[in-house]
Amino acid sequence: MPAASAPESPRRGLSIRGLSKDFFGNRVVSDLDLDVAPGEVVALLGENGAGKSTVSAMIAGIHPPTEGTMVWEGQAFRPVSPADALAAGIGLIHQEMRLLPDLSIAENVFVGRLPMRGAMVDRETMNRRAAEQLQRLGLDIPPTTRVGSLRVAAQQQVEIAKALTLNARLLILDEPTAALGGEETDRLFEQIERLKQDGVSFIYISHRLDEIARIADRVAVLRDGALVATHDTAQVPVKTLIEEMVGRSVDRMFPTIAPPRDQEVLSVDNLSGVDGAFRNVSFSVRAGEVFGIAGIVGAGRTELVRAITGADPLASGSVSIDGQVVHLREPGDAIRAGLVMVPEDRKQQGLLLDQTLADNVAYGNFDLMGRRGWISPGAMRRFAQAAISRMGVKGQPAQSASVLSGGNQQKLVIAKWISRDPKIFILDEPTRGIDVGARAAIYEVIAGLAQSGMAVVVVSSDLEEVLGLSHRVLVLSRGRQRGLLDREALSHVAVMELATS
Amino acid sequence: MVAPSEQDQATGRLTIPSFNWGLGFFGPLVGLVLLCIVFSFTSEYFFTTRNALNILDQVTVLGILAIGMTAVIITGGIDLSVGSVLAFSMMMMGWLSREFGVPLEIAMLCAILTGAACGAVSGLLITVARLPPFIATLAMMTVARGLANILTDGRQIVGYPSWFTSFATVRHFDFLSVTVGVFIVSVILAFIYLRYRPGGRNLYAIGGSPEVARLSGIAVKKVTVGVYAMCGALSGLAGIALAARLNSSQPSAGLTYELDTIAAVVIGGASLAGGVGSIAGTVVGVLIIGVLSNGLNLLAVSPFIQMVVIGCVIALAVTFDTLGRRNR
Repeated sequence: MPAASAPESPRRGLSIRGLSKDFFGNRVVSDLDLDVAPGEVVALLGENGAGKSTVSAMIAGIHPPTEGTMVWEGQAFRPVSPADALAAGIGLIHQEMRLLPDLSIAENVFVGRLPMRGAMVDRETMNRRAAEQLQRLGLDIPPTTRVGSLRVAAQQQVEIAKALTLNARLLILDEPTAALGGEETDRLFEQIERLKQDGVSFIYISHRLDEIARIADRVAVLRDGALVATHDTAQVPVKTLIEEMVGRSVDRMFPTIAPPRDQEVLSVDNLSGVDGAFRNVSFSVRAGEVFGIAGIVGAGRTELVRAITGADPLASGSVSIDGQVVHLREPGDAIRAGLVMVPEDRKQQGLLLDQTLADNVAYGNFDLMGRRGWISPGAMRRFAQAAISRMGVKGQPAQSASVLSGGNQQKLVIAKWISRDPKIFILDEPTRGIDVGARAAIYEVIAGLAQSGMAVVVVSSDLEEVLGLSHRVLVLSRGRQRGLLDREALSHVAVMELATS
Repeated sequence: MVAPSEQDQATGRLTIPSFNWGLGFFGPLVGLVLLCIVFSFTSEYFFTTRNALNILDQVTVLGILAIGMTAVIITGGIDLSVGSVLAFSMMMMGWLSREFGVPLEIAMLCAILTGAACGAVSGLLITVARLPPFIATLAMMTVARGLANILTDGRQIVGYPSWFTSFATVRHFDFLSVTVGVFIVSVILAFIYLRYRPGGRNLYAIGGSPEVARLSGIAVKKVTVGVYAMCGALSGLAGIALAARLNSSQPSAGLTYELDTIAAVVIGGASLAGGVGSIAGTVVGVLIIGVLSNGLNLLAVSPFIQMVVIGCVIALAVTFDTLGRRNR
């Protein structure tokens, strides 16, 4: 079709004009113009629901556009499937990995197009060519390694290697650092730099604004499906970007939290996990305190809080609540003792997406509603209504949890536990995958929990967040307690030094 | 699909309000009513009180089994052993009373306990040994069938006292036999439990995701063992009902009942993936199977053709259910 719009982009690379997409009669992306030159990293910013994923899905051939044209390397580009887009040289690296865990790296890279010699798979060629790509990415892993045994960061690089063997010249990275620690992020950025030199272009989608300045050449901001700003440099103040994304000015991201009280609520002594995920961790949290746990991915943070709440077994050490040693063998024990946790992965561990808000709030709280163990649908609905209004969840008790936005889903998990007035609230990655506007709301909630006298523990990979919220921060590295920093001693550098030690 | 949350947020689409116990059985109910209408036209005998009571008599054993199976399937499990456990329990009852002179009332209790014990073992295999429910109950299916035969070396036990057989044969007030009454009471109790008790509600959480359920403070292992034990106990109860009906205990009784039971539960709208299902739906499912074979019998359709029809109904029911779910 319309090579008509080609003159506007004499350059090679990708040129998008007037791209729009309707879902069920609703316009989710409207009239988008975007150019990506060879060897350029364009950051695509926007809150959840702004249309970033839809844009990348159209470019990668997952959804056809409703209107508009794309020109890729001088040719009209209308991919009908992801395979089609990849054949043209455009690959999408998903947020969630789509690899086959029981096959080797090389097999994953070449799946569906295994090099053959006669009727047999040519393993030698396959492994050699996979090794070449791994080397190009600066990875020193044998191509015969089983993918399931790799860490998330390495799996992501296998995905990239796979796209590169298909001679991809534009890679769309959707939240590539969501599951990566600081060191792994650095490595990814090095690889992006290296591939840029080879002329590979990137569309980089991320919620982490601090990364944008480091990696992007240009920034495009989406809001409600439309492009609201493009910057020809990535050196844009974070505050400006946030204001553009949210559409209103953001004064401060983090609420001020009053100093903690004296009373010690949670204390853990010399805690070790069964698989050595963490060893000899000791700390205590006071009423009204926000206690941060920082560290790169794999440092043992999630393992630590899961063990504290009885979700995983402890090898040794003790947990005390209000000065009494408690033995929490199951999460149920912890909940009855006033210790609740918002788990790391709200979709897999926190919520039943197919079930209603009322059901989700009710599980674990039946003892609080109804009379003598009798519950009625009405009692459940009233209980849920009270909890979701208290937390400002935008939804109705009878709605299914899957229709909520990420931020509202997270609030729902918090709402469920807040009904119990717990003593200790542990939140593992409370804002993962949540857009900027909703994050501020979650921070307000966390501040509110502390204000009401709960001991709050926040685990986060987002350093900004840990620093902005916490009174004190525990830094873990490779399962060891590297330091406990007071508010005065808190800084990016101090935490990163400990975390990478 | 790309981030469904994005779309939903953008379109502001609401899902139809639906609690777990809601109208999930509405489709099957319509099917049941249609079946009844069709059979009323094809056979003048079909739409009579007497035939309705006959159908209830015929579905009692299947119905009691289906109650336990519903609970198991809601948790995301499956129990292939119900037919064998039924046989083992009924043999246990006959064997204890015949060989050891145990009073039949006590032997009946033992039958139920035998079933519960079998179920508990399946539950432990699933939770402690971490076997998939399919495998654990497949093993139990074989073992229980073997045990049922071992007790009497494969011989049946014939001839129960008349007060016992009257459970299945005498209709009180010209209306309900004891076995049908037991079925109806079990249905009501199970309905109340699943709808109004935390223990019942928690089954839906476990079926939705055992991990979410556990992190919500639900004792998933304990509940799971309990569900299988209850399913086993109900198999024992069904065994007693069948023995009363047959006036004998047979080690080969209940062969392939597990499949009929699963079919009834699934036709009633439960999902083998767990988290979805209701007693009301299961009762409709049981009645669909009962009405279908009764109606076809009245038309003198051969049992072989009946099998074909029932198979098609299962496929149809689940297809409609899946399509309905997708449209939501």
